Amino acid sequence: MSEIERAGEAHGTGSTALAKPAGAVPERFENPGLPPHKHRLGDVDPQAAKRAERQVAILLILSILGSIGIIVSIIGIKYDGSFDRISASTKAIGLCMFLSLFALGVGAVHWAKTLMPDDERIDYRHRQRGTTAEREEAVAILKEGAAEAGLGRRPLIRNTLIGALALFPLPAVFFFRDTGPLPGNDLSTTMWREGTYLIKDPEGGRIRAADVQLGSVVHVMPEGIEEAEHVLNEKAEAAVLIMRLDESQLTEKQAEWGVDGTVAYSKICTHMGCPVALYEQQTHHLLCPCHQSTFDLTQDCKVIFGPAKRALPQLPIRVDDEGYLVASSGFHEAVGPSFWERG
Amino acid sequence: MSTIDKVAGGVGNFADDTVGASKVVNGFARKIFPDHWSFMLGEITLYSFVILLLTGTFLTFFYEPSAAETTYTGMYAPLAGQHVSEAYASSLRISFDVRGGLLIRQVHHWAALIFVAATIVHMIRVFFTGAFRKPREINWVIGLVLALLAVFEGFTGYSLPDDLLSGTGIRIAQAIILAVPVVGSYISYFLFGGAFPGEDFIPRFFTIHILLLPAVMLGLIVVHLALVVIHKHTQYPGPGRTEDNVVGFPLFPVYMAKAGGFFFIVFGVIALIAGLFSINPIWAYGAYDPSPVTAGSQPDWYMGWLDGAVRLTPGWFEFTLFGFTFSMNIFIPTTALILFVVVAGSLYPWIEQAATGDRREHHLLDRPRNAPTRTGLGVMALTFYVLLFISGGNDIIAHMMGLSINDITRSLRVAVFVLPALAFVITKRICLGLQRKDREKALHGRETGRIVRLPHGEFIEVHAPLTDTERWVLVQHDVHRPMEIEDRVDAGNPDSLYGKVQRRLSKFFFEDRVEPVTPAELAEAHHEHHTEIGSQEHASIEEQQQSPSISTAQTSRG
Repeated sequence: MSEIERAGEAHGTGSTALAKPAGAVPERFENPGLPPHKHRLGDVDPQAAKRAERQVAILLILSILGSIGIIVSIIGIKYDGSFDRISASTKAIGLCMFLSLFALGVGAVHWAKTLMPDDERIDYRHRQRGTTAEREEAVAILKEGAAEAGLGRRPLIRNTLIGALALFPLPAVFFFRDTGPLPGNDLSTTMWREGTYLIKDPEGGRIRAADVQLGSVVHVMPEGIEEAEHVLNEKAEAAVLIMRLDESQLTEKQAEWGVDGTVAYSKICTHMGCPVALYEQQTHHLLCPCHQSTFDLTQDCKVIFGPAKRALPQLPIRVDDEGYLVASSGFHEAVGPSFWERG
Repeated sequence: MSTIDKVAGGVGNFADDTVGASKVVNGFARKIFPDHWSFMLGEITLYSFVILLLTGTFLTFFYEPSAAETTYTGMYAPLAGQHVSEAYASSLRISFDVRGGLLIRQVHHWAALIFVAATIVHMIRVFFTGAFRKPREINWVIGLVLALLAVFEGFTGYSLPDDLLSGTGIRIAQAIILAVPVVGSYISYFLFGGAFPGEDFIPRFFTIHILLLPAVMLGLIVVHLALVVIHKHTQYPGPGRTEDNVVGFPLFPVYMAKAGGFFFIVFGVIALIAGLFSINPIWAYGAYDPSPVTAGSQPDWYMGWLDGAVRLTPGWFEFTLFGFTFSMNIFIPTTALILFVVVAGSLYPWIEQAATGDRREHHLLDRPRNAPTRTGLGVMALTFYVLLFISGGNDIIAHMMGLSINDITRSLRVAVFVLPALAFVITKRICLGLQRKDREKALHGRETGRIVRLPHGEFIEVHAPLTDTERWVLVQHDVHRPMEIEDRVDAGNPDSLYGKVQRRLSKFFFEDRVEPVTPAELAEAHHEHHTEIGSQEHASIEEQQQSPSISTAQTSRG
């Protein structure tokens, strides 16, 4: 390794350049140099060259036809509202575009490969690093300039300059202040309140507790969500699933927060916020289709597999005087993905 | 003088008078570029980017970057009368009501997929051939940053149609932001203008997608290419190719025709794919709504590895401390993983420099087998990537193969650590084996397939000697040996921590190695052939295997 040259020095043929004693067998092989050039058929046979010329011309003509084809397809194939027309138009324009562009490209490449000179030529490289003289000159110039500016002699300017330069981009950050409100406790709250009726999603309509079949699952939203100021924002937090099980399969807390075996859980995955939309009726597992977190309904929706950590939050529900399902309070914890301040 | 000559003369004269064009022509027109198919990977990347700029501009003429609610009245009957966002409605309009709109949208999406793919394959080529070595370290880092920006650019792009699939992707992106310690919820609220999804993210993503990222990328691409010109292109080793020259064909006319033609070939092929194969059929997904989801949702391919990493990380990575939630089950496989890849990738050229102590410029590429440790590390990283990518489709694999998703996920959790390590060892062994084969060939020539029986009954295969030209590729490369204390090129105390690390690194890289044949070894091999042909054949092979220049054991030099 000691023979490796220091940066910037020229080195020979690509192999480690070593001092070679005269007359002895060299330490490394010598580069044999470029092999003799092999001529193509087109270089020696005018007929072959002529043939190549015609091939290029045919390709270019195909390209011209393709370009015309694009125009004809766009003007010719009128959209009439049917999917078939759109599909036909897309295919026709696509194929003509392919012909127009591909034939032009192949023609140019073919021209270069068959008719332009193919004897290899050589350029010489120069080291990126300057010569010692150049480097010394550069250093001298910089030193002279720095001396003229007097940075070394005037530390007060130097230090305040560093401070000013470091600080001036900082205000830019504050210009972004009004890109959005502060999160506050927004991430921890949903539309659900004491007394909010459960309605079916997406068809709407309050849900009579007696109508929820054993083993069934219903997608639910809070009543009044369509009138909310930001419907999608509310939906992203408030989506709920209700499922009805045999009461013996539920824990005491679940039964207490439910109605006759009907329990309500947040549908928003505690992992990354996808809707936990797959319910396996037999196993009472809820599965998130995004990252396969699996929640066990019979164990208060705790995570039994996958990347989520926290159980799905349960929404306490009761029935009103007419037998409709209604929330008996909001969620007791934040729904959806974790965040720093969640605690 | 013909008219064409006159016009050309006039234009040339004007260009030279006004901007000094003659100097540009003299300096650049006959610049030599080397020829190799693998150099076209970067070209594909560049051309896809140009195609993206062209088709993207067309799409902006029709796309409405707004989350405002509107009633869909376009041609697609199943969605007629539905309340959707302007963004979604205008994306449907581009697909169904603008002639050629669907094609251009599909060209744009396909070109984006190909752009990221070509970027990564180009980086793989650069890595395995050692093209990142001095003086190209900075260009390697620029390339890495471009690859990262390309992924963000792709993500912001496929979020814009505001369909159900893209909305699910944004929901996940928001969860990734929320998981950033301390500032996560603030960044999320500032980026989305409040709660998720809000109405602000579409115009903001639009500006980022069509202005901010493309402008930064274009600037970096210009620097990337300028550095290629300044450094002159690398070339593969071969007879006549040295560290001090570049052998190939001139820019004008050969590369003008070849590279220009290749642009049209790439564009043509993408147009063909886009014409025949549907991509991202947003009308089938429906408008975004945070409550429904489609089973088997998959992001665009370049996001798949991150999605896979997220799927594999167990939930217990999340914990609560001092009243704060540390969502390490999300932060580690996303933000931290990206940072790790970018930082480790950026530092790699300098890590290898520390191991070799080699500060010279390198313009001749390595054959991957001649850098067994680097090649092993590269294959290790690729194996890790592929396993994460597979993990991103664990539900689809489970569904298609009828396996338990839990078993697949558990197996992948182990495989993602075991297989890359195994891949490193196997790849390194394969490289060393190939190098031994090269030595064998350089010493004894090419196998001819002709079997000869010697007078005493032994059979041997006749080897044809190589010409100097044929042998050169097999013997030209540099040798690096583990660094000894006195070899440390860097100034400083060899007993310092850095000195120790450097020596260990050097040992890790170069302890196992096969050195190329030297002229002395070749002369000896020839000598043996001439004195005792035949029976020496085996002896020479055995001897070669024990020769000191092949070392897989501890070296105790100096």
